[in-house]
Amino acid sequence: MEQIRFLPLGDSAVTVEFAKEISEEANRKIRFLATQIEKERIRGIQEVVPTFCSMTVYFDPLRISRSKLEKKLLRLIETYREGSAGTRRVFLIPVCYEGAYAPDLEDVSKLTGLLPAEVIRIHSSTDYLIYMLGFLPGFPYLGGMDPRIEAARLETPRTVIPEGAVGIGGKQTGIYPLASPGGWRLIGQTPVKVYDPARETPILYRAGDYIRFFPITPSEFEKCRLSASEIEVREEPECTK
Amino acid sequence: MYKMTVLSAGPLSTVQDMGRFGYMRTGFSPGGAMDTHSMQLANILVGNIPDDGVIEMTMMGMTVSFSCHSVIALTGADMAPKMNNTPVEMYTAVGVQPGDVLSLQMAKSGMRTYLAVAGGFDLPLVMGSMSTNLKCGLGGFQGRKLQAGDEIPLRAGITADAIGKRVAQAENDYPDCIGVRVLLGPQEDFFTKEGIHTFLSEVYTVTEQSDRMGVRLAGAKIENIHGVDILSDGIATGSVQIPASGTPIIMMADRQTTGGYAKIATVISADLPKIAQARPGTRILFTAVSEKEAVSLKKQTERKRRGLQYLTLFSK
Repeated sequence: MEQIRFLPLGDSAVTVEFAKEISEEANRKIRFLATQIEKERIRGIQEVVPTFCSMTVYFDPLRISRSKLEKKLLRLIETYREGSAGTRRVFLIPVCYEGAYAPDLEDVSKLTGLLPAEVIRIHSSTDYLIYMLGFLPGFPYLGGMDPRIEAARLETPRTVIPEGAVGIGGKQTGIYPLASPGGWRLIGQTPVKVYDPARETPILYRAGDYIRFFPITPSEFEKCRLSASEIEVREEPECTK
Repeated sequence: MYKMTVLSAGPLSTVQDMGRFGYMRTGFSPGGAMDTHSMQLANILVGNIPDDGVIEMTMMGMTVSFSCHSVIALTGADMAPKMNNTPVEMYTAVGVQPGDVLSLQMAKSGMRTYLAVAGGFDLPLVMGSMSTNLKCGLGGFQGRKLQAGDEIPLRAGITADAIGKRVAQAENDYPDCIGVRVLLGPQEDFFTKEGIHTFLSEVYTVTEQSDRMGVRLAGAKIENIHGVDILSDGIATGSVQIPASGTPIIMMADRQTTGGYAKIATVISADLPKIAQARPGTRILFTAVSEKEAVSLKKQTERKRRGLQYLTLFSK
């Protein structure tokens, strides 16, 4: 296991660095630790934010000292066993890759030298791992995009990107959960509300879940929008290689 | 219905509490009052629990009228408050009669003033908090900043015996030159020795481009070794980011949860209220302290606040 480092983030938080490079393995360990912390309900820990290679733990130093916290976290990490991960959740997200829903698909097709249909096929045939959420509520940083559909960001970012827009930004793909400015090339839009403050879990998915996109037509988009969101979630055994 | 009516709102008045916790991992800013110390004092003065919702005013205060008997308290920046055109004290529990009009002006010093009402505001908790998240349009009063004509429902909870209670040492004089203590890290190793020396010896000035997300500073550029881009990791309130421009940004309540710039240091908890009250033009000198010192200062602040809560509960 790579050397774990504790980086001080002020008097009430610490960032636990698992690796220096993005890897599914490091991310699995981060997810494992997050789950263990939830189970153990360690006194003084307020919340955790898992990211690409590290996890930030927010705590009350008047309830638990940093050194004690670090010892506890190390003990939890030591219980990690390769292949001990259980099931994984795959969220099937419908995306309309047509017309006004996909304003930059033509450009992506030109930039990649692939036909629009090819771009769609490649984009919708991968299970993307959600490494982390950040930037906006529910904005997923996804790993695993096929390098053939990489496309540079827009030179001038849009001032408004609609809720549900699906885009490509360099090596990454993702969903804009709410209207926001942004520079990614938009190749589709989902009618699914990934962010809904009225829902018990306002954000549909968590870091560690997977997303798979599937194409729908504009009329299906409208229908889907009306019937809110009966999103299919597949549970399958984790393959840990 | 008991209510408080907004007659004029000021540039940015929002409902805030201690923040929205437990959702940072899905990307929600913690939000909440910028100066949580003043916010809690306001609640304590009127007999509320310390983390109840209050109104945070920015630079310029509101004018409001009340439909019922109540008790209010104002803390933070002194905005020369008047009740029916008669000056009233800051940091004091003030009785209110139906029809009374409370008006505030420009802050004499500092940035933010907190208004607490006995019993609190009768607004729903969204995801566990009353804080207004402007980006998502949720929480607080209809998810937005207050405007003239808004009628904010009040919970009935008059604690008439609170009237007259005050905090003896009002902390509402905010100097235009402040010392701010930091803990170095998490990415201080991205900067040269000279860069860290610059950060800890030069005077930085708060710019106009500061808001609830971050306080942007102007001053000497901080030298990095191989750039400042990192793989996005977690941010804390008080994190001092150094983007490619080389000048610091202190991340505050409405910050993002993660970020891709190296963070040279973090402002200690006890000094965050100073940053919250630093208006543009305020000069800042950073000093590095030990973790032990930071925690003991936090403990002192908390103890002081708890002492005040105890006192206001049992004395007048």
